[in-house]
This record gives sequence, structure tokens and C-alpha cells, in this order.
Amino acid sequence: MASTIRVRATASGDSTEVQALIQHPMDSGFVKNAKGELIPPHYIQQVTIEHGGKPVFVADWGPAVSKDPYLKFAFKGGKKGDDLKVSWTDNKGASDTLTAKIQ
Amino acid sequence: MTMRRLSGVALAGLAIAVTLFAAPPAATAADTPNPPADLKAFQKYFKDKFPKVKFEDFVNGPYSMDEGLYKQWKEKEEFPPYEFALDLGKELMAKPFKNGKTLADCFPNKGIGIRQDYPHFDAKQGKVITLELAVNQCREANGEEPYSYTKDEMAAVTAYMAFTSRGKVFDVKIPDDPRALAAYENGKRYFYTRRGQLNFSCATCHVQSPGERIRAEVLAPALGILNAMPIYRSEWSGMGTTSRRFTSCNSQVRGVPLKPQDEEYRDLEYYLSYVSNGLPISGPGARP
Repeated sequence: MASTIRVRATASGDSTEVQALIQHPMDSGFVKNAKGELIPPHYIQQVTIEHGGKPVFVADWGPAVSKDPYLKFAFKGGKKGDDLKVSWTDNKGASDTLTAKIQ
Repeated sequence: MTMRRLSGVALAGLAIAVTLFAAPPAATAADTPNPPADLKAFQKYFKDKFPKVKFEDFVNGPYSMDEGLYKQWKEKEEFPPYEFALDLGKELMAKPFKNGKTLADCFPNKGIGIRQDYPHFDAKQGKVITLELAVNQCREANGEEPYSYTKDEMAAVTAYMAFTSRGKVFDVKIPDDPRALAAYENGKRYFYTRRGQLNFSCATCHVQSPGERIRAEVLAPALGILNAMPIYRSEWSGMGTTSRRFTSCNSQVRGVPLKPQDEEYRDLEYYLSYVSNGLPISGPGARP
């Protein structure tokens, strides 16, 4: 299966701008399906983005975050060609990781 | 006094009768279907209504009407929400059926860069063939289950096909066939007919009021509206096809939607695509 993560990171000057899109249902646990049954909660709890083995961005997410979430941030440092590792884990224990090169 | 009034009424009645009988043939001529004239008038209406909007920008729907939205959208397009659908669409196009053929095999040029030729009138089947219908006809002809017309796989496949056709201009043809002309006229009638508890026609929102707000949304102009299909709507948290847009529009005016790909919807798509001829495909789109 294709990765659930899309990343685009561009270095300019002394900072790197990172954009990421993650494919995830982010079910809050409060929504019912067509049959009237509750859809069990299923959401990402933590997103980590590492540069050179060091986390540069860590987010604790919860059920209020939208489906297929998008994030954007910038950090100091990072050069073209460096590896950037993006990973997430959800409340059901599932996870995914992707390593992308900074452009 | 009374007599005078009566005769006045009678006279007026006579005058109406005379006009009716003397109805010049010109009036009937205006009723004869004339798609090229419709197209010209339709596009002129929007150009006159929005002199500042560049012609090819009409395909960007509400973004062409609102500066703030336009900026937000430009940023969003750097990392568009329909990316996952494009990947899935590409995969599904190439994925072999049980008989070894693929969806791509059913289309000219393997389905790449052909969005602008749909819908078209098929003389053999005697009806309008939309892209969505063609996808399911292909699946059924190869012994596969048809896709749902409104979202998921259908949206992904048509998104991929639209993406590979970006920039090509809509080239919908109405052949010299009375059935094709009848389908066009039927679609036009549907577009301008009021329905639902709110008594809205498609044109009420998308011809009369584009750029205006309906609650928090900015209404898109009918011109170029199908060029952006299918769309990722934040409201839906997902992708939707032209079928989904038509059925949800009908529900929103509190009418009872038809079945997706019903004859009237296909005719409507035929009409609406034809009058957007000359505008580039911009799909898949992202809408609030």
C-alpha cells in the first residue's frame, strides 16, 4: 500500500518549511453511521517529525483534528538533501513512517 | 359607464386575440434549439456580469469571485487535498480486471487527456454518455461490479482523468441528430426549471447569484462549474463527482434528487458542459 504520508520540505536560508498531509479517518467516536451505530474513535495521537535523529516537531493530536489532516511549520536548520522523518501513531496502535529529502 | 368599461375589456380581448393569431413566425424561430447561440449568450452574460474576471478563471468557481478565498485556495493548491485520490485513480486505471483487461483499455489514449470530450452523444445507444457512465459501462462490460457514482473509486478515477486533461478546453459536440438536440434541450429545461420546497432552479444560484453568499459559502458561476469536477469538498471531508454535486444540489433546495446518472442528469451535464465549451479543464478541484 502506498504511504499514508505526503511531505514536502523546502530549505531556504537558515530555515526549512515543512508541509505534510496524512491520510487518516480521524473518527472522533461521536459520529454515527447510516445504521445509527457509533463509529468507534480512531484518531492520531502523536505526530513526530525528526531531522538528523532529533525531533523538530512533536504534536499531540486528538479527536478534534479533521480527517486527512494537513500540517505546516518551519524550523531553523536543515539543508537541501537532508533526511526528514515523519511518523504518526494512532489510538489503535497503528502507525506509519516516511523519510523524505529536504528540497 | 358600465357599458364603456365592458366594451373596453372586449376590445382588449380582441386585441390579444389578434396578436395571438398574427403570432409572427419569428417567435417560433426563437424557440428552435440553437446551441451555438445559447453558448454565446450564456458566456456573454457571465463576462458582462463579471468584467474583472478573466475568462479562463471562471473554471475556478467561487475563487474567481472572492479575493480572500482566492488567496487561501492558492496556498491550498500547493498541497491539494485531492492528492490521495489522484494516486488511487492512477492505480485503479491500471489495475487488471478478472479478465486481464484494464479500465484504461476502454478509453481512447488509455484514458489520458480525454476528459474534455465528455459527455458526448452516442448515436448507437441513443443517449448522452458521461465520463462516469462510461467508466461503469466499461466495468460492467468486463464483468466487474459498477462503482458508486458519487464518491470514492469513481471520484478517484475521474479525478485522475481530469488531472491528465488539465488545460485542454472543453470540446463537447452536439452532432446533427435530432435525439442529441432533444437531449440538449432537455438538459437546458432541467437547468432552468424550479424545484424543491425552496423553489430554486439550478440557475437561481449559479446564473442569477454567483459571487453572492449562501450562508457561509460563495456561490460558483455555472460557467465553468463542471470543468473543475470532480471536487474535494471540505464540507464532505472527501471527494465528490458531478453526480454527487447534482444530487446534493437537489437536496439542498429540499427537492427529491434523481438517481445518479439518470437521463435528466446526463442531459443536464450535456447542456452545462456544452455552454462551457472553450474553457479549460481544471479538475480535480478543491472547494470549501
